[in-house]
Amino acid sequence: MKRMASVTGAALIATVCAMTVASAQEATSPAPSSPPLVAKPAAAIPPEQTFRIGLVRQIPEPPPWIAPLQMPPDDLGVAGAELGIRDNLTSGRFLKLDYKLQTEIVPTGGDPLPAAQKLVEAGNSFILLDVPADQLLRIADALKDKNVLIINVGATDDRLRQQDCRANVFHIAPNRAMLTDALAQFLVTKRWRNWFLMVGRTDADKLYAEAVRRSAKKFGAKIVAEKTWDYGPDARATAQSEVPRGTQVGEYDILVVADELGEFGDILPYNTWLARPTAGTQGLMPLSWHPTMENWGASQLQSRFFKQSKRMMLPLDFQMWEGVFSIGSASLKTRNSDPAKVKAQMLTPDYDLPVFKGVAASFRDWDHQLRQPILLTHATNTVTLSPQSGFLHQVTPLDTLGFDRPETACKFQ
Amino acid sequence: MRRQILLSTTAAAIAGLMLADALPAQAGPRAFVSNERDHTMSVVDMDTLKVIETIKTGRRPRGIIASPDGKLIYLCASDDNRVEVYDAATLKLVKTLRSGPDPELFVLHPSGNPLYIANEDDNMVTVVNVDNNELVVEIPVGVEPEGMGISPDGKYMVNTSETTNMAHVVDTATNEIIENILVDSRPRIAEFSKDGKQLWISAEVGGTVAVVDPATWKIIKKISFKIPGVTDDAIQPVGVRVTKDGSKAFVALGPANRVAVIDAKTLEVEKYLLVGQRVWQLGFTPDEKFLVTTNGNSNDVSIIDVASEKVTKSVTVGRSPWGVVVVP
Repeated sequence: MKRMASVTGAALIATVCAMTVASAQEATSPAPSSPPLVAKPAAAIPPEQTFRIGLVRQIPEPPPWIAPLQMPPDDLGVAGAELGIRDNLTSGRFLKLDYKLQTEIVPTGGDPLPAAQKLVEAGNSFILLDVPADQLLRIADALKDKNVLIINVGATDDRLRQQDCRANVFHIAPNRAMLTDALAQFLVTKRWRNWFLMVGRTDADKLYAEAVRRSAKKFGAKIVAEKTWDYGPDARATAQSEVPRGTQVGEYDILVVADELGEFGDILPYNTWLARPTAGTQGLMPLSWHPTMENWGASQLQSRFFKQSKRMMLPLDFQMWEGVFSIGSASLKTRNSDPAKVKAQMLTPDYDLPVFKGVAASFRDWDHQLRQPILLTHATNTVTLSPQSGFLHQVTPLDTLGFDRPETACKFQ
Repeated sequence: MRRQILLSTTAAAIAGLMLADALPAQAGPRAFVSNERDHTMSVVDMDTLKVIETIKTGRRPRGIIASPDGKLIYLCASDDNRVEVYDAATLKLVKTLRSGPDPELFVLHPSGNPLYIANEDDNMVTVVNVDNNELVVEIPVGVEPEGMGISPDGKYMVNTSETTNMAHVVDTATNEIIENILVDSRPRIAEFSKDGKQLWISAEVGGTVAVVDPATWKIIKKISFKIPGVTDDAIQPVGVRVTKDGSKAFVALGPANRVAVIDAKTLEVEKYLLVGQRVWQLGFTPDEKFLVTTNGNSNDVSIIDVASEKVTKSVTVGRSPWGVVVVP
């Protein structure tokens, strides 16, 4: 009797649900672009309340092979910036603030400097950059005397936060030291202290490996073996015979991979001589974001992104969203698009950026790096976020990741 | 064998019927707790402090409120995009209402109609006539609308948008926004005092509670919290409840696992009560003798004795208890 009722109830609910969803979609799909009811239409927004954001993305060198699941989408990153603009507009309309985005995509071998200059000449006073470190420095130096704020959303190079830091650059992308510190804290918490480090052939891999060594030292882990991957660019066909031979290095707890390009890291798991997990650039990865991130309201951002772009939100999408959102968040306080004012606001002690990770992100005043929790995730699950509990800090546990004030080598000119 | 199963099913059905019939006889107040992660609602008898029933709900139940007479329970089934209405006595689903996508929190007009629903995924507040399920209007608000408060006279509805960091004040006569109050990061709850002279807004990531004067819509004071041994990052104010006489306010502090007791006149924090883990929402019993807190990470509710300001008991409920309402 009771069961009957509940079954009927469920059927009824299912019907109502389907109807509601259908009507909701109809009603809401034009919402993001539809004009707000409250702000008076066509009221001209003065230039000092318009935030013009330029975006330069240089397409990175493609890896020798790409797993079908990891094919980068055409609008990688840019889609995140677009969602950031939407979110900023939704918030800013209540204060009559406007936000515009102009994008320049530069090919792998191209020069991003003219693209950045073009955007500045077109009136963009905030420039998001996803370009290699050397190019970033060229652009930052070329724009040094302009009232322009540069936001690095892509380059993870530690030197941009240390000896090569620039006063006109803020960093959203977590640097390698932040990423490997986040991983190291977790591995040490798990008591997986003995690491086998496998390093790829590229300069970037060597920098990642350097960060891994630094983190091991910082948190008391030990690199018990180290090897350079020298089995060629695409060893998929022979992995089952080559990887077991290449990983006979004695006892270790976990294999840490430095393979930023994605040449070999994904063929290591299940092919190692010993049954050991993999972490680093593949396996359990320290990342700014991942589609499996759901807690702390993250699912709302994921679902907004999916609605807009019909695909999952990837780390670079998130970093570009954060870049645009960091400007938007400051703009609600400054109500003025002067980059100098926005920069000052970003550095005030009460500036906090809610980035769906449980605690607020903010900028370090000593190197302009955004401090934020880092995800540790494998392909289908976010395992945890670092900082891990127990790693204490006198100011904020977030500063246990990356370069803390006493370690900074940054001297702004 | 087969007969045995049949028999036992019948017995269970009869037992179920008897239980259902017995329920209206429960005279005492009952707390209804929405359990976000197992898609159920726990019913706690507030006299015995025992769970007397666990009701299967739509997916991801979050916001939960009662009609002014306490006879109906309204529940946001967020992942099913609907509001479910339960009879508080028989515990049966009476009807479902349209909600717009991803409803999270809502508030009833003091007259019992309409219902104002925050659509977290859609930057809208949906206003629904609860009698005929008709859409009254959709009000565009900021990003990720969440907290919903209504002034005791019903003139003003206040919505907080978590990513816009504002409280939007809506004139309920025109359904237009008349004021936007910038508060700290991730505002979660807007709660008026019973005399309508204070509006309390909690900011989860900002770690503060703003107390606003509804005469001017200006912030009178921003209350911050310091707990020895707890990092500032872990202090995340969410649920707010003010006693009817306007003397005390209680604020749930999330992963700090504490409820702050605040003198609502001086706006000074008096003490912190240790409750379960990740405390989010709060609900008074109708006589305000007890305050119930939902503790999302310890899967229980804590019972606070309001007069002595002591935590007296915890009651295990479902997975990730989210919201709570207590009816007579």
